[in-house]
Amino acid sequence: MNGFVYLKDVVSLELDREKCTGCMMCIMVCPHEVFAMKDKKAMIINKDLCMECGACQKNCPDNAIRVRSGVGCAAGIIKGILRKSEPSCECGSNTNCC
Amino acid sequence: MSLHDEIKSLEMTFEFYTKFINGILWKIPKASTVWSREDIWNTIKVRWSIGRMNYRVKPGLYAVGLPDSNSEIFVTANFKLSFDHLRRALHEMDAWILILDTKGINVWCAAGKGTFGTRELVYRIKAHELDKLVNHKRVIVPQLGATGVAAHEVKNKTGFRVIYGPVRAEDIKSFVVAGLKATPEMRKVNFPLKERIKLIPVELTFGKYYLLAVPAVFFILSGLNKNGYSFDLTWIIGSKAVFSLFVAFISGCVVTPILLPWIPFRRFSMKGLSISLIMSIPLLYFNFLGSTIFEKISWFLMMGALSSFLAMNFTGSTTFTSLSGVQKEMKTALPLQIGAAAIGIIGWIISRFI
Repeated sequence: MNGFVYLKDVVSLELDREKCTGCMMCIMVCPHEVFAMKDKKAMIINKDLCMECGACQKNCPDNAIRVRSGVGCAAGIIKGILRKSEPSCECGSNTNCC
Repeated sequence: MSLHDEIKSLEMTFEFYTKFINGILWKIPKASTVWSREDIWNTIKVRWSIGRMNYRVKPGLYAVGLPDSNSEIFVTANFKLSFDHLRRALHEMDAWILILDTKGINVWCAAGKGTFGTRELVYRIKAHELDKLVNHKRVIVPQLGATGVAAHEVKNKTGFRVIYGPVRAEDIKSFVVAGLKATPEMRKVNFPLKERIKLIPVELTFGKYYLLAVPAVFFILSGLNKNGYSFDLTWIIGSKAVFSLFVAFISGCVVTPILLPWIPFRRFSMKGLSISLIMSIPLLYFNFLGSTIFEKISWFLMMGALSSFLAMNFTGSTTFTSLSGVQKEMKTALPLQIGAAAIGIIGWIISRFI
């Protein structure tokens, strides 16, 4: 998977291991194996693989994860700049892209 | 639209599955697990953005096979392709499908926007009285819906446990056989060649009418020279100019996505630039890029900027780029692309008169 790593050290993901109770939801919802279990708590093992989708934060019942989630999509970011709003992927309302 | 209206309008197109479950007579529209010829044709049309609007199905509950109170409930979006892939994956199974109203947008995008989300799922679980339909109190949500759904909140509000299914519908059968357990492999999003090729039509149609307008302008401007305007030049230079633009377009929209993991830069803009440089070498060799060094440099700048920009746009189609990353890349790449394109265009127009 080496060719599928994006820029290094930019991802905003943070995990507060103090708060973690080890439910493993983050491991289940993460599409890029960013988390792993260590000493009955989650830990971040592949931070650069994170795509900031926000699924882990959303599904963490302990509120232990912080990530600035959004679309990693250049067209969406340009639209956001032009409209002075948050980046959003609205490639038309009915598309299967993004 | 009320639930009643939804069911009413369905009656025209769907067969119904009627069954007594927990003392109630249920009448649920049936979903076929086989794609019709029309389904296949529509799928192709959607990928090529032909009549893309309104490719949606009615939200609500559907029956697959002969489900009963022990059958699993699979949740999906009301984008028709999402529904189609799910029902095809449930072939020869007895199950329920719960379609959320995502305004015709697929699970992943809708979850990002929040329309495939906790609120809509809670609403549908209650509105369709799933607690009376099944005895197991669990729903299976595709893993990519997790950006919009908070499993613990759904549990609090409905008593239903959210189980995240595999990323790909084709893994559903093994997921069920394994006792609703997804292997790490099923949880992982990858981006194989097949997937990248599938997305190329989306990239190609991205520019829409600019695709024709930009080459047309170049074609017309090709006739300019120091003696005024020459239609002979329009043909000779114009067709070469249009072809060069086309090469840059293909470089950014087709070649870069296909070769993506093998191009040794992390930045997509650099991937696109490097491919356009390689692809412009044959053009240079066959004298497509003009006669003066001035014009040749202009072409390298224009082609590089175009291919680089289009490649950067492909970040939106990939499954591994983060918002922070793309913002960081764009901060430097976008001004350079705009600058290179502007200098290139000015240089090329000036070289009409040299």
